[in-house]
Amino acid sequence: MNAYWKRAFPIYFMILPGFLFFIIFKYIPMIGISIAFIDYSPFKGITGSEWVGLHYFRRLFAEGDFLVLLKNTLLLNLLDVVFFFPAPILVALLLNEVRAKRFKTAVQTILYAPNFISWVVIVGITILLFATGSGGINQILDNWGLGPLELMTDPQYFRWVWLLQNIWQGAGWGAIIFLAALSTIDPTLYEASTMDGANRWRQVWHITLPGLRNVIVIMFILRFGHIMDLGFEHIFLLQNPMNQDVSKVFETFIYKTGLIQGDYSYSTAVGLFKSVVGLVMVWFVNRLAKRMGQEGVF
Amino acid sequence: MRHEKGLDRLFTILVYFILILAAAMAIFPLFYVLSVSFSTEIEYLTRGFFVIPKQFTLEGYMYLLGHPGFTSAFRNAVILSAVGTALNIVLTSLMAYGLSKRWLRFRSSLNFMVFFTLLFSGGMIPTYLVVRSLHLLDSFWAIWLSTAIAPFNVIVMRSFFQSMPSELEESAKIDGSGEWRLFLSIIVPLSKPVIATFTLFYLVTNWNTYFTAILYLNDADLMPLQVFLRQMLVEDDPTISNASNVMYKYTPAAKMAAIILTALPLLVIFPILQKHFNKGVMLGSVKG
Repeated sequence: MNAYWKRAFPIYFMILPGFLFFIIFKYIPMIGISIAFIDYSPFKGITGSEWVGLHYFRRLFAEGDFLVLLKNTLLLNLLDVVFFFPAPILVALLLNEVRAKRFKTAVQTILYAPNFISWVVIVGITILLFATGSGGINQILDNWGLGPLELMTDPQYFRWVWLLQNIWQGAGWGAIIFLAALSTIDPTLYEASTMDGANRWRQVWHITLPGLRNVIVIMFILRFGHIMDLGFEHIFLLQNPMNQDVSKVFETFIYKTGLIQGDYSYSTAVGLFKSVVGLVMVWFVNRLAKRMGQEGVF
Repeated sequence: MRHEKGLDRLFTILVYFILILAAAMAIFPLFYVLSVSFSTEIEYLTRGFFVIPKQFTLEGYMYLLGHPGFTSAFRNAVILSAVGTALNIVLTSLMAYGLSKRWLRFRSSLNFMVFFTLLFSGGMIPTYLVVRSLHLLDSFWAIWLSTAIAPFNVIVMRSFFQSMPSELEESAKIDGSGEWRLFLSIIVPLSKPVIATFTLFYLVTNWNTYFTAILYLNDADLMPLQVFLRQMLVEDDPTISNASNVMYKYTPAAKMAAIILTALPLLVIFPILQKHFNKGVMLGSVKG
């Protein structure tokens, strides 16, 4: 055994369990995607099942629900990018302007806390607060003669409930990454601009925001990598028989056709479509960022 | 000059006002749940909305602690989180440390293998079929193994290990102590804050997981806390559930107490570790 291997052997040994995890639970499923192109039946196995080519993809595009799924997925993403994405940046900018240290730490702790609350709990609290008849908020609305707000069952509220819950859970925690970037801004820039007579509004605009630009671009690219992933668990928990038309997205469709109805091949094809669109999106946005003179993610 | 001072003052007032409002909104739902969890059903149904219960009672909590479904779900969640998090942090830090060695052959291929999974995945069904073919369904191992490593955490931890001074490695080489010795007695103690932070991140994921549990576990005896809570809150609710004539099985206080007992463990732990979040760990994650 030569010197390199003697030195490297323990290191490879450390990597081995992780390596096996990636092979078994990340890469074998990628090979498993091949069942999207065959009429897979668990009894016949992959090799025994009949090759059907693009049959399931044609079925997806012909599916009556396809446009609904696409519309719901894109609309929720649009809401998320427009309203949720800027929220942590705003929180970071606000916290950055606080001089009182204790106040800042206290507010930070409180705003981080929702990140540790599960979707089951968040959706559960919302259900309890808005339960028709007995829910705390609906009792007030009843007393004021405003009638109950059917927040969880009326489809028109679904998207906004989803968005507001996202903001409630994530806006504070998401600020951490921007606060870390803000701490690297040279403080002498602020001193110099104060000498020049700039007020604090102008400092935010001309020093703080430009200092955040790189991180914002990177987070934006990463966000687009998830354009087809909406956080399955949250949507799944918000879904009920009354709001199906606005709440079904590709992920819930995959779960329903694959695991409830046992249509493995079809649901895998839908999953592959979703993953490929996601991959193309992140590649596209990354290229766009580079062309605009920003650092990309890869 | 006076004009600018006025603007700056307005700025400060606005900043504090918005932050106090945001903090109030973050706290309010939890505070309300806490209040109701100590109240009687009659007060909840007649008084409607309140912040301080007039009649203080522990009935909700007593009921839950005597409910075999709840205690079993709580125990399952503890086992799932404890073993799962231990496995997560050991595998992640070992792999991240190994991949931080710049001289290692195949390092860039291995790094790419980790990174690529952030961009593309086999998806829900193929992963489910792998877990099933390994006969892991209806066992905690399905969850422990299939979520053993979060790829993103490997990347962030790796860049942390890379940023450690290389003299550490040199001195260990001169001492003649091996890689394991170096890792366990020098690197790990120096990385305590980072390891603590990632332990918390994994713990949060494991404790709060709902979907992975319903995906891989059918046996009611294995049901973890989040799944139990979901059933308690939703299937008991006539506005959401399909059943036409649902009888309330649980009092409002019991439901609220269950929410509190589900959320509390993490809410107690995280402020202790908060000082580490703001440090370089997170920034490293951006630069990857």
